[in-house]
Amino acid sequence: MRSNVTEYDLIAPANLPAALAMLGENPGRYTPIAGGTELMVALSAGRLAQKQLLSLHSLRELRFIDVLPETVTIGAGATFTDLRKHAGIAADFPLLAQAASWTGSIANQNRGTLGGNIVNASPAADSPPALLAYDAQVTMVSTRGARTIPYSEFHVSYKKTVLAADELLFSITVPRRFGAHRGYIRKVGTRNAQAISKIALAGVALISEGKIAEVALGAASLREVPTRCLAAEQALLGCEVSAQMLPGLIASARVALASEARPIDDIRSTAKYRAAVAGNLLEEFLRQLAE
Amino acid sequence: MRSISLKINSSSHTVSVPPMKRLLDVLREDLKLTGAKEGCGEGECGSCSVLIARGGERAELVNSCLVPVLQVEGVEITTIEGLAPNEAAKLHPIQQCFLEHGGAQCGICTPGMILATHHLLAKHPQPTLTQIQEGLAGNLCRCTGYMRIFEAVEHAAASEAGK
Repeated sequence: MRSNVTEYDLIAPANLPAALAMLGENPGRYTPIAGGTELMVALSAGRLAQKQLLSLHSLRELRFIDVLPETVTIGAGATFTDLRKHAGIAADFPLLAQAASWTGSIANQNRGTLGGNIVNASPAADSPPALLAYDAQVTMVSTRGARTIPYSEFHVSYKKTVLAADELLFSITVPRRFGAHRGYIRKVGTRNAQAISKIALAGVALISEGKIAEVALGAASLREVPTRCLAAEQALLGCEVSAQMLPGLIASARVALASEARPIDDIRSTAKYRAAVAGNLLEEFLRQLAE
Repeated sequence: MRSISLKINSSSHTVSVPPMKRLLDVLREDLKLTGAKEGCGEGECGSCSVLIARGGERAELVNSCLVPVLQVEGVEITTIEGLAPNEAAKLHPIQQCFLEHGGAQCGICTPGMILATHHLLAKHPQPTLTQIQEGLAGNLCRCTGYMRIFEAVEHAAASEAGK
């Protein structure tokens, strides 16, 4: 059943301070909408409960990519197309560029934003695994000021985040320290183009003297929120990566990953499939590290 | 209701509509531009594709079913009706190639396919088959099996290059 569009209002503030003032004066009254690739689907399907919307689409202050010596900061309003065509992202954060390339179709990448992908808080979202692997930080703003936290602490429970009703996600910052790391990312969906993932895994690892000196793993659809795989990371840290040690390493990493996986049965897949394939993806990453 | 000024196919229009009304519905219902079709209504099929361009920037392909009309106020919008370069030409070269190579059958996906091709060729004038497949991945066709569409795109690229 189509929504009655006359029941909805959309306001487009001229700039970020005006948007924050509106959110600050009436916390919870307005729902921010950026590219609309999520909320407009809900509108068409007659299930958009929020009737008062605040357009972030034309806020220039949110659409930037700043490359500094130590970090890259991405404005929440940067689109997936912005990420894909940015040479600095491709060079330093190839897993993020890869994730952007398989987020929906070209038309959706032209509209959808990195901030929207994060704030929408789907456990299956495409960008979070890479952001988690890269140890991203997120900065939120309101009329009360700004705060920055590790992205791994942003998602609280299913579709719930730490974002307060008067806050907007402002930017995402990733440290430029993965030049020597090996990276891995794979999304498993029903088809290659614009399918929502059944399971996805991103990882980075630093190999030093044949051992895993650093490792970070981010997963989608493994738990109720996009998640770091801390148990699997712990199982891998300090371990030797060699053809001889590989079978044992794979076995212990799979056990650790299974211990922290809480996948579900839903319309796209089953818990059993997700758990098995998550283990397969991790194994694939480890085999690549051993090559 | 909101009075919203739109620039569509180089002409100006003012419509009085709810600000959350989908661009697709404004085009079809308020402006009687029925070239953009509604397939899925959720950004999966691309049959409602149009091109939008902000002040001088390269036109971007969007699904008009996912765009609240207020967000394209003052933006240049190109629909399939506005693609042909002038009245006399009738068809844009991409349209001509789709016609000649059997890239259109029932026609529902065709306006979106042609606008997606236009966007693709603006980015990649001589696309590889992989680039064509990726560029059109958001546009579903249930008639052609895609091969004739890919052929049409290849010929459109070649005919542009031959000029």
